[in-house]
Amino acid sequence: MIEAQGLTKDYGDKRAVDGLTFSVRPGVVTGFLGPNGSGKSTTMRLILGLDAPTGGDVTVNGKHYRDHEAPLHEVGALLEARSVHTGRSAYNHLLALARTHGIPRSRVDELIDLVGLREVAKQRAGKFSLGMGQRLGIAAALLGDPSTVMLDEPVNGLDPEGIHWMRSLLKGLAGEGRTVFVSSHLMSEMSLTADHLIVIGRGRKIADTSTSEFLSAASGNVVRLRSPQAAELSRLLVAPDVTVEALEPGYLEVHGLTAVQIGDVAAANGIALHELTPQQASLEEAFMDLTREEIEFKAAELEPEEAVA
Amino acid sequence: MSTLASIQRLPRAAHTGRVTQFRVVLSEWTKLHSLRSTRWSLFAGILLTIAFPVLFAAVTSSHWGTMSAHERADRHPLDIALAGVNVSQLAIAVLGVLVITGEYSTGMIRASFTAVPKRLPVLWAKTVVFGVVSFLLMLPPVLIAFFASQAILSRHDLLQISFSHPGVARSVIGGAIYLMLVGIFALGIGAIVRNTAGGIATFAAIFFVIPPLMNILPTSWNNAISQYLPSEAGRQIFSLTHGAHSLAPWPGGLLFVGYCALTLAIAAVLLVRRDT
Repeated sequence: MIEAQGLTKDYGDKRAVDGLTFSVRPGVVTGFLGPNGSGKSTTMRLILGLDAPTGGDVTVNGKHYRDHEAPLHEVGALLEARSVHTGRSAYNHLLALARTHGIPRSRVDELIDLVGLREVAKQRAGKFSLGMGQRLGIAAALLGDPSTVMLDEPVNGLDPEGIHWMRSLLKGLAGEGRTVFVSSHLMSEMSLTADHLIVIGRGRKIADTSTSEFLSAASGNVVRLRSPQAAELSRLLVAPDVTVEALEPGYLEVHGLTAVQIGDVAAANGIALHELTPQQASLEEAFMDLTREEIEFKAAELEPEEAVA
Repeated sequence: MSTLASIQRLPRAAHTGRVTQFRVVLSEWTKLHSLRSTRWSLFAGILLTIAFPVLFAAVTSSHWGTMSAHERADRHPLDIALAGVNVSQLAIAVLGVLVITGEYSTGMIRASFTAVPKRLPVLWAKTVVFGVVSFLLMLPPVLIAFFASQAILSRHDLLQISFSHPGVARSVIGGAIYLMLVGIFALGIGAIVRNTAGGIATFAAIFFVIPPLMNILPTSWNNAISQYLPSEAGRQIFSLTHGAHSLAPWPGGLLFVGYCALTLAIAAVLLVRRDT
């Protein structure tokens, strides 16, 4: 369980995180979605107490991260920036972390096998590829068998097999009742893994909803239809808040009406329909719509100040 | 990595309890001995501590016959025995800086502070582990340097000095203590500066640049101030003779310990306050 209340972080005069309030519940995978530079990594550093918030508060499992007696048993974290000494072997890196909590060597071995780094465990981490580095970071995150798992862009650098593995790992962790919080700028990846989404843009929360609701709300009323009398139907459908676009002869995309409304109009006028398909916006499109609004909102907000200046 | 896809469940593990200072010390010991830079720096420190006295003793011994009385009077056997300390201190200081700045440059510090979010146990553990390791590893070299240089100089009565002579044992063992303190001082500097190049430059400025600059000052000022500089105060720990304008071994040594404590205290305050 992660709970943030009005979480804010300024770096100089730049506001990286702006009044974020959210909670991440156990038992589901919560996606943390936003474009690069939107404040995801900063938020995660604030959760871990690596950076101190300018305002607001964030707790993990009911306490500030810093106040946990055994933090690695509470939260396992993979940060976006590499957090491994390049001169140390993967095994010794994990062992050094394990020793702070009295975690035995057998657990280190177990994690090395889990992430598939057995053959390179004695090699210096500096020689690792991006994907191997991610696996090592994931092993470190899971070392303490934590009840909350927080991963920043975990599929970065993983091969397709690794991405598949990561998805099932995350679902498995959530299935065991753990809190799973995963950031990504790849909406398509999140739509496959996350049950719930927290979307941020420019440090502000834009959406906090289930993935399915997010998709259906964002798709709006877009319907594609095929008809031999497309031109006639088009004239009948057009209204102030309805637009019709001909994608190809006889094939239309209608914005602003549902498939039911269009079908009824066609039937009432005796127009034949060969296809009538409601379009579901991809998560990418939904996301870009949302963040565009956020950016426009920001711009509108700035105008009065500029006028004064 | 072919077995990867088959293992997807995280095995459960017993929760082994909380972070303790002792556990963090064990962790820092693992970190220290598992890096090549540690082994190379300490090896260089050991080599320089022994090699310079052996070299100086051999050169002095072979030129003794041609040296003037004045030159001979300038040679002190303990200066020869501990000549290496002045050189090896740089290797130890570089390692002291690296012990902490290496974590900042690689990002390891984020993993360290995630495991130990109270942070200060990490600083104390690094200090203890590095202090104990550098003292234990530098003690044999200063003893070897003393007895080896004495053996080489055995033909020259003027250059013989007994280990039991007042102040000699203190000076020789003091060489190892001085190196340990230099390492701790450098570690504190590294924790404040958080950057390898900056840390080494700061250390070099304090130890090698500022002391000669003191000669610009009027002599009375120089005499009054120089003895209190970290390098000058620390030097008294392994010096047998003490000039009119230098501190005695104990006050000098304690002052140097004070500088180390001050550096670590500043580092501790900044460590808790700063973002990582």
